[in-house]
Amino acid sequence: MKEIYLDNNATTKVDERVFEEMRPYFCELYGNPSSMHFFGGQVQKKVDEARSRVAALLGALPDEIVFTACGTESDNAAIRSALEVFPEKRHIITSRIEHPAVLTQCRNLTKRGYRVTELNVDSEGRLDLEELKRAIDNDTALVTLMYANNETGVIFPIEEAAKIAKEHGALFHTDAVQAVGKIPLNMAESSIDMLSLSGHKLHAPKGIGVLYVRRGTPFRPLLVGGHQERGRRAGTENTASLIALGKACELAHVHMEEERVRVREMRDRLQRELTALIPNTRINGGGADRLPNTLSIAMEFVEGEGILLLLSEKGICASSGSACTSGSLEPSHVLRAMGVPFTCAHGSIRFSLSRFTTEEEIDTVIRELPPIIKRLRDMSPFGREFLAKQ
Amino acid sequence: MWDYTDKVKEHFLNPRNVGEIVDADAVGEVGSLACGDALKLFLKLDESKERIVDAKFQTFGCGSAIASSSALTEMVKGKTLEEALKITNQEIADFLGGLPEEKMHCSVMGQEALEVAIAKYRGVEAPVHGHDHDHDHVEGGGQLVCKCFGLTDVFLKKVIQSNKLTTAEQVTHFTKAGGACGGCIPKIKELISEVLGEEKKAAQEKPVKLTNMRKMQLIQEVLENEVRPQLWADGGDLELIDIDGATVQVAFRKACAGCASSGYTAKFVEQKLRELVSNDIVVQEVQG
Repeated sequence: MKEIYLDNNATTKVDERVFEEMRPYFCELYGNPSSMHFFGGQVQKKVDEARSRVAALLGALPDEIVFTACGTESDNAAIRSALEVFPEKRHIITSRIEHPAVLTQCRNLTKRGYRVTELNVDSEGRLDLEELKRAIDNDTALVTLMYANNETGVIFPIEEAAKIAKEHGALFHTDAVQAVGKIPLNMAESSIDMLSLSGHKLHAPKGIGVLYVRRGTPFRPLLVGGHQERGRRAGTENTASLIALGKACELAHVHMEEERVRVREMRDRLQRELTALIPNTRINGGGADRLPNTLSIAMEFVEGEGILLLLSEKGICASSGSACTSGSLEPSHVLRAMGVPFTCAHGSIRFSLSRFTTEEEIDTVIRELPPIIKRLRDMSPFGREFLAKQ
Repeated sequence: MWDYTDKVKEHFLNPRNVGEIVDADAVGEVGSLACGDALKLFLKLDESKERIVDAKFQTFGCGSAIASSSALTEMVKGKTLEEALKITNQEIADFLGGLPEEKMHCSVMGQEALEVAIAKYRGVEAPVHGHDHDHDHVEGGGQLVCKCFGLTDVFLKKVIQSNKLTTAEQVTHFTKAGGACGGCIPKIKELISEVLGEEKKAAQEKPVKLTNMRKMQLIQEVLENEVRPQLWADGGDLELIDIDGATVQVAFRKACAGCASSGYTAKFVEQKLRELVSNDIVVQEVQG
């Protein structure tokens, strides 16, 4: 069965051009870029090129790019660094809907005597900057907020938040794993101090990430050892993967306009037709500024796992904010923070598109999903009560 | 992705007995929208009101909740109410070729709905159920332990005991208790110790409590229910001749009579009786 892959916020297909770019760096050009001989030196040149390509996508300088092993490492490194830079400060500000890579780290720090403020979001998943202004003080070492949410695609006003942090002498970090490659970023005209990105979310392989660290921002490394990455991240470079990431960033740059226009149109059509065909739906974050590729749609009286399993029978890959799919017993912390009613939270499905998504694939989902929802509602005691009232 | 058995997948994709029975004799409803799963079970009885002739269900929940409901309705059909009440959540899971441990609470929900339906039909107080529509209110006594999912100590102890659970994590997998805020996990650990403590105590007290009359009764029950069916399977049988204190005299019949390994068979009978009745029992083979 050919897959219809609409789970690109989870991971993406490696672009074949990216794969071709990295292929020689396993069996042929396997030298260590730190070596003094020609064989390592030629790899060093490609590492430099990759660094420049990543920097170009972000509007950054090449020496502001630190390669890491994943988005989670970048997030951990940024938070740890900020606390070491300001040993006298004991306060961190984040939000309730961060990715666990940030949230778990922050919550663990409360056990070590740090104060952590988790900012709330409204019913559309939006941040209230006034709450940030009230929470921040001279004790705040770091403000860390995600650029765009992985479940709803809702975009936070990151530049405004970064300015507020700067005014109060706190460092500002953003987990931009979902935003990079989908919407334009320009570090040259930004107040962001540190930014995390992950290769496998933008058609590069898994196991490679970046932490952007602005020139002049004090930084303490998480991994210490060799001199790699100018002493900011020890460990021999994952050369093949970072070369792949460089190529992926170059392609993301080229395709950005397409992702923003063509992908958005497909997402909007999917949203429009599904809400017209399926009664009692709700778009999570539909009233907010969102990533162009993400649709989180809640369907009342049904449970997400059943929807995903039946979609999967049709070859359609999506994900859900429901409890049952995650091994957790509660609906996602993001939907709960938004106050999405329980009737909807359990039946929330996320479709996340990519530049490889086709109109035909969208047609298939529009055709297959409504009967699946009807079937599960017919089976559900609540759905029947509801349908009887109609 | 969950590692569901083919049977779970098959019952999820083609659930048996979905729907309602308008003139049902018994209806059991557990769970709620807030909990994330709910099951409404309908039972139709025969004219003598003894045997279940039809069963249907409506379920809101994940794939394994739907499969467990489908399995349950297949299992109860044709059973008397007494037989149906003996179905355990483990048997529902076994019917499906097993469930991932994190999903065992789906089988517990099925067993619970069955109990509630039969209790309501008989007009007795419904057993204290775990899933409660209104979390502030507990029916049938018991103390609320897990506030997130509305679960009482009576219900949790029952599940701990019948499934022989030993860790708080297992209790979460089987009942959801402690799976949300986690505030009740210390209390769950206490309940596990209580159940283990009670079982240990019961085991120690077993020989002391037995009167001679009770011991003889128990020996007869064990021979009838545990021993003879196994002998029948091999074409054999036995007869109880006499009980004198701790000495039990039996005579082997059919294939067992004169069988070369009757010594082993006597040891098997002795082992069963020691395990289930009293540690000091001695089995003697006699001709009779």
